[in-house]
Amino acid sequence: MPRVSFEHITKTYGTLTVLDDLNLAIDDGDFLVLLGPSGCGKTTLLNLLAGLLDVTDGRIMIGDRDVTDLDPKDRGLAMVFQSYALYPTKTVHGNLKFGLSASKLPREEIEKRIAWAAKLLQIEPLLNRKPGQLSGGQRQRVAIGRALVKNVGVFLFDEPLSNLDAKLRTEMRLEIKKLHDQLKSTVVYVTHDQIEAMTMATKIAVMNGGVIQQFGTPDEIYERPSNLFVAGFIGSPAMNLRKAKLSVAAGKIEAVFTSGVRLDVSDYPFAHPPLDGAEVIAGLRPEHFTLAATGPVAATFDVPVQYAERTGPDASAYFRFEDDLLALRVEPDAAARLNPGQSMAVSYIKGKANLFDARTGQRM
Amino acid sequence: MTHLSIAQKALGAEVAVRSAPYFPRKKKAITGRSIAVIVFLSICALFFCVPLYVVITTSFKTMEQIREGAMFALPNVWTLEAWDHAWNSACSGTRCEGLKVGFWNSVYILIPSLILSIGLSIITGYALALWNVKWAGPFLFVLFICAFVPFQIIMFPLISMTAAMKVYGSIWGVAIIHAILAMPVLTLIFRNYYKDIPQEIMSAAVMDSGSFWKIFFEIILPMSGNILIVVLILQITSIWNDYLIGVTFGGLGGQPMTVNLANLITISTGTVRYNDNMAAALLTAIPPLVIYFFVGKLFVQGITAGAIKG
Repeated sequence: MPRVSFEHITKTYGTLTVLDDLNLAIDDGDFLVLLGPSGCGKTTLLNLLAGLLDVTDGRIMIGDRDVTDLDPKDRGLAMVFQSYALYPTKTVHGNLKFGLSASKLPREEIEKRIAWAAKLLQIEPLLNRKPGQLSGGQRQRVAIGRALVKNVGVFLFDEPLSNLDAKLRTEMRLEIKKLHDQLKSTVVYVTHDQIEAMTMATKIAVMNGGVIQQFGTPDEIYERPSNLFVAGFIGSPAMNLRKAKLSVAAGKIEAVFTSGVRLDVSDYPFAHPPLDGAEVIAGLRPEHFTLAATGPVAATFDVPVQYAERTGPDASAYFRFEDDLLALRVEPDAAARLNPGQSMAVSYIKGKANLFDARTGQRM
Repeated sequence: MTHLSIAQKALGAEVAVRSAPYFPRKKKAITGRSIAVIVFLSICALFFCVPLYVVITTSFKTMEQIREGAMFALPNVWTLEAWDHAWNSACSGTRCEGLKVGFWNSVYILIPSLILSIGLSIITGYALALWNVKWAGPFLFVLFICAFVPFQIIMFPLISMTAAMKVYGSIWGVAIIHAILAMPVLTLIFRNYYKDIPQEIMSAAVMDSGSFWKIFFEIILPMSGNILIVVLILQITSIWNDYLIGVTFGGLGGQPMTVNLANLITISTGTVRYNDNMAAALLTAIPPLVIYFFVGKLFVQGITAGAIKG
């Protein structure tokens, strides 16, 4: 179960640079999720690791081996594709078997591994069917099975759940997570779905424009986003980002919004001592607001309700604040009682604010 | 009682449905335009059917009846004499062994030509479509140009090339020329068909096996059924019906059935044996017809297979 590292990776197509001097390393047994919007270079990075694309410059290491110039089949990887990419003319058994065709294993060993993978994924009754006779979820299992039989240390997943319906996606998510816990393999998983990333990953690399914006555990990424892109990308509804000015007085640091509302950030762990009057952007998570001011409060907003929406167990309410909407997570019961147009006092919990430098967009 | 009332209700409902207004479709009157179309199509059909009728009936007639001159009459005596004569003992030049010589020559030309032409072009098409081939674009362009070069232009160089290879004037010479001339078009056909195979299947195969030949035989070839049938029919008919290549490269020993037929019909002495000629022409035309009858349905499926992904 090796570690995987990308060292100074550059990838260009003609004059177009997709990745520029990218470095990333994950440990043995990590579940790395490459997360980002479409076109951020995450699939390119995965294909470089798989060997389906050639790097322009740099080095890819798997364990102690430099695999940069190896053929895909010699890299000791298995990959699951978005469209499953099952061989349509082969049965499920044939698909799994072809996955081992480069390995030159004896026949008994091949059969043993197929039986093992089929049992693990509960696809034993399907072994003699063709992919066309399977449902989406079953095809997904077969695709994972074809990767499993190879018995390799590193698994690559390229948005494997995006073709499934919502319910199946949740099930398969759990199942892939379970498999990872069971096999202790290293996984590199590409997705644009932040819920998949948050639930499955041990490490997330948030990418945008070919650059890794932040690399860390899901908690780090969510609680302490390192810049405005990560702050805005992770979380739904998205973090509320508002311009403010710092006011540093004796023993009290506050972020003052243009409307004059003051946010107490005295306990904020500044990386550098804050300057009075510095332009900042305050990031406020929707779930850190309360309608009932209990406990320590950093700021109180007196704002009119715009509308509320319920998403099952949760509800979001939107308030008008400084010509824009402020998203809040509220209890469904409370959401039902909100009247559009009515002004309310909502409080922000102390110690939960995020501050970003307005000029650089970096976390303060 | 309740049952009855239900039945009555049902009846009432039915009546209600029946009496609901409905809109009968007007029967379309036959317009002048459709009459014109029908007449035109009938003339077209006759254009093909009348000669075919004459050919078929004449081939079953005796020479005595043909001399009477009633071209459209049915045979007085149905006889297979002409067919037998055409097949076994009609004279082509100085040899009087009938069409069967040409038939077997055609078969011997057809089989290696098919294997060579399809084998070469399917591999080239597969490589061009699914593997990273250097200069694939320019190569395809050259192939495309080659597909439009008339055979007559390159005939003399090909003759000296086959002579140098010591296959000129034999069945093998004809087969090799057929394979080479079919290459551009067939390669383009296969290449376009394989371009529709999802890239991820190829990626998966490359990661699973990585072997050019193994991927071809285990994954790609089984997916090529439709296009193989199309190409097979195209090739069988064009090779079987070819005259020019056969007469140029076949020499005396390797002449296909079409050349044999032509020689058999153009005689300079004696009377023209129309019944033999008709039978010989029909014999030559039968093999492609049989192919069409048996795999014509698959042919249509194959042609439209690439149109809609499924």
